[in-house]
Amino acid sequence: MQCPKCRAPMHTYNRNGVQIEQCSGCRGIFLDYGELESLTRLEAQWSQPAPPAPPAPQAYPAAPAPAWGAPHGHHGHHGHKSFGRMLFSS
Amino acid sequence: MTTDLLPALTAHVTATAHTSPRTCRCTTATLAVREDATVVRHAGTVAKAHAPGADPAELTLRLAVATRLPGVLLPPLAPAPAELRGRLVTHWPYGTPVDPGDPDTAPWEAAATLLARLHRTPVPTAVPPMRGPAKAAHAVALLRTAAPHHPATAPVLHAWAVLPPWARGEVPLPDTATALCHGDFHLGQLIRHPEHTGPWLLIDVDDLGTGAPAWDLARPAAWYACGLLAPDEWHRFLTAYRVSGGPAVPSDGDPWTALDVPARALTVQTAARAVTKAVAAGRSLDEVEQSLVDACARMGSVRPATPSG
Repeated sequence: MQCPKCRAPMHTYNRNGVQIEQCSGCRGIFLDYGELESLTRLEAQWSQPAPPAPPAPQAYPAAPAPAWGAPHGHHGHHGHKSFGRMLFSS
Repeated sequence: MTTDLLPALTAHVTATAHTSPRTCRCTTATLAVREDATVVRHAGTVAKAHAPGADPAELTLRLAVATRLPGVLLPPLAPAPAELRGRLVTHWPYGTPVDPGDPDTAPWEAAATLLARLHRTPVPTAVPPMRGPAKAAHAVALLRTAAPHHPATAPVLHAWAVLPPWARGEVPLPDTATALCHGDFHLGQLIRHPEHTGPWLLIDVDDLGTGAPAWDLARPAAWYACGLLAPDEWHRFLTAYRVSGGPAVPSDGDPWTALDVPARALTVQTAARAVTKAVAAGRSLDEVEQSLVDACARMGSVRPATPSG
């Protein structure tokens, strides 16, 4: 279809399940019957309070470690059987 | 001797558990059979046969310390060791250990608090030296004979060589630097007594004595430094120790001035044991064991912290 305002061709886009026509010239948008209501409903959903963000990984004040220690970010072997035994032996 | 020992110790603990001889239906459990200890439980009583060659006078002094520090150390049932088949045997009430299948529930805060209280105890006059450095030296000596050509042996021995003599058990620490120490702390050294509901207590007095208190923090410190223990667990342990007024580390700031040397020694000891065991079993090192050897390799190029801890 042609834009009713500037006569340039209009292209169809799908925005969250709503078909909209946008003019390739003036960027104006044409909505079919009911499409404005659909967009309003979608907008209402988006503006509901977002679920709380997952807690950030617990931060520790850069715990000091010796220079001979393991490279940073290599911690935690609790799942490892060998370390499990080590925790309990002399 | 060990083959004879277990049935004899089992009969012994059964007889000790009941004040009058009778037949009972209590169950008996073998809690540990190692070169250095055999431990058997009958009902609420535990009997431990100590390492061959253990010194009776030293063990008696260590038992006396445990008797005097209820609330920190599990008190023994009898003040002196018995003798059975050439081994010294001590008697203890049974308590619930930390579940080895669930180390995430390990009581790090309780452990740190107990160690801080132990370290703050005025040192009794008659107590032998803590055996931590001697045990590390023993593990290294075994490595030299058992695995002289293993590729991990050279870095472990080099890390050992750069440690100061006191940490290698060659000279005692000056008395001014010492406190009453456990000497072999790990998660197997904690039990709840009475069972399940009682407070956590430290067990195993074999290595207890005077020495550098940082030694008792050094195993968790070494695990943390080697990337094995998660930072939050190390942080909980260290914080609880400081909050309880533990004297081994400065109350704030960098604890590694005091921890460096003992944590190196415990890393070397643990690596030496791991390599010795792997060679005996004819297997290669696993990822965890390799991380200890890698840490030893890095130690060779960084001099130890100078304070003796």
